[in-house]
Amino acid sequence: MEKELVEKIKANPDYQTLLQRRGGFAIKLTIAMLVVYFAFILTIAFDPALLGTRLSPESVTTVGIPVGISVIIFAFILTGIYTKRANGEFDDLTNKIKESVKEN
Amino acid sequence: MVNRIFLFLILGSIAVFASGAIEGEVQKQALNVSAIVMFLLFVGATLGITYWAAKRTKSAKDFYTAGGGITGFQNGMAIAGDYMSAASFLGISGLVYLKGYDGLIYSIGFLVGWPIILFMIAEPLRNLGKYTFADVASYRLRQTPIRTLAASGSIATVILYLIAQMVGSGKLIQLLFGLQYEVAVILVGVLMILYVTFGGMLATTWVQIIKAFLLLSGATFMAVAVMAHYDFSFSSLFSHATELKGESIMSPGGLVSDPISAISLAVALMFGTAGLPHILMRFFTVADAKEARKSVFYATGFIGYFYILTFIIGFGAIVMVFQNPAYLDSAKAAIEGGSPILGGNNMAAIHLSHAVGGDFFLGFISAVAFATILAVVSGLTLAGASAISHDLYASVIKKGNVDSMKEMKVSKIATVALGIVAIIMGIAFEKQNIAFVVGLAFAIAASANFPILFLSMYWKKLTTRGAVIGGSLGLATAVLLVILGPIVWVQILGNEEAIFPYKYPALFSVTVSFVAIWFFSITDNSQNAKDEQEAFEAQYVRSQTGIGAEGASAH
Repeated sequence: MEKELVEKIKANPDYQTLLQRRGGFAIKLTIAMLVVYFAFILTIAFDPALLGTRLSPESVTTVGIPVGISVIIFAFILTGIYTKRANGEFDDLTNKIKESVKEN
Repeated sequence: MVNRIFLFLILGSIAVFASGAIEGEVQKQALNVSAIVMFLLFVGATLGITYWAAKRTKSAKDFYTAGGGITGFQNGMAIAGDYMSAASFLGISGLVYLKGYDGLIYSIGFLVGWPIILFMIAEPLRNLGKYTFADVASYRLRQTPIRTLAASGSIATVILYLIAQMVGSGKLIQLLFGLQYEVAVILVGVLMILYVTFGGMLATTWVQIIKAFLLLSGATFMAVAVMAHYDFSFSSLFSHATELKGESIMSPGGLVSDPISAISLAVALMFGTAGLPHILMRFFTVADAKEARKSVFYATGFIGYFYILTFIIGFGAIVMVFQNPAYLDSAKAAIEGGSPILGGNNMAAIHLSHAVGGDFFLGFISAVAFATILAVVSGLTLAGASAISHDLYASVIKKGNVDSMKEMKVSKIATVALGIVAIIMGIAFEKQNIAFVVGLAFAIAASANFPILFLSMYWKKLTTRGAVIGGSLGLATAVLLVILGPIVWVQILGNEEAIFPYKYPALFSVTVSFVAIWFFSITDNSQNAKDEQEAFEAQYVRSQTGIGAEGASAH
């Protein structure tokens, strides 16, 4: 890519908005995933008995079962949230940038 | 000409299969007719697809990326097909069968890398790369050293993974179809070579999609059958299972015993997934970043759903297979006591398929397991062949001065060579303990491939020197720590105590890699380093917007 074009895109306010919004969003979601997963795995490492607690005295199902399944569903939901916003809002911004470059 | 060779190879592979099947009978193995019929249907259908794909694979771009015209949904299914190997289907359900909750912990680790790939890697990868992840890593760095390193990391990962798949497939097929081990390994190798050399990425993708569909359908049927048995009540399933195996199966056991191992395993699975060459390559098969994102969304959904199914299947096996005299390995039980099942714990899901669906469904699941292996080894081989032809041959040896037809030809030769290597390794490692192999593949992917790829996308100051030294040190550390660790040093080499106490080296090797890349980049004051840092802006703009990126080829 030529230097001129790069400078032109960088000067485009839409490009700066895109970087800020998408970058911030991606980092927030990454942190959310890391926090949830490491909380899960470190609970197992430090206090395995906690996840082995029964949900209720008469049920053998432990807290760990819904927690574990929730981590899987959480990961899927995060990818859904990101894909929806990126394929809508962020791609619209990207297309605006592409249009502005095409014009001249 | 091509068609004639193709026909010859098809007939050849069927002949190999038929002779093996007869031998199986002679060996008094249970010959599973429905399994063989369904398997032949699968092979016939996939070879038909390969024939169709071969006619559409005309350029190198078609060969490596199926022309870039795969949709997000199809690619998501194919990624899931790549990732849900027979090892994870049988291994994780076997682990749940054996230890209960620990199996769930393990599968969660394999899943959580996917969102990170989506948020951090998928989009820049699609926008910057053409055929391999080395395209991205070497985008603004020096081609020869970076491509050599990236290709080495890819080939090492691919070969290790292939060994694990080939040995697993040989044993599985031997058990399920009554074929001889060597025959099974050769059959897998020959079919894989056929799919990849003739059909390239297009055939490989459709083999993976079909396999993913069959595997998800079969696993769904098993899970539903198990749940129906308990009126769809998890608590009655769990309480019956605990009556048989005790309440310990409902809580974390010994899989991750200390915090260091826990974090190290997490790092290996997360960053390793984001550094697997055959997975990364799949992102070049879609048209643009939008489809790349959709791919990960669908893939995460399918894989997550699959892991929930394997958890139910594992528990289903506890209640229906464990202590069921039909599946008891009585010879082994007589020696060791307890109630071992035929073929070992990894056969839990296979026996369960018989318990819920009889011989016919057992045949279906056996054929699916075989299909799964074929699909995974095809994806791996294609990724390895691309590293050889696109990175080493076209970029390093020919410095980019090579026409696309010649490059594709080298790819096909590389595919055949890798297929032969896989067959030889599969036979050589038959009786070896290969427990460390997949772990090592993930450790190398996490310590060599991932840091270079990630930093090349986001860190302006990365230089060739930093990437080469850091990536090599990461790779060497991963290999060394696996050798000195408990599995190789103690279990295989027979030493008393491991020099490196942890099973998973990734936490250490990934750290070494990142720190070394950082240090040798910031201390690099060469003119070359300055040019590379200057080129970052243009790369970053393209990685973020896709302006200037490769589009799909119109068919």
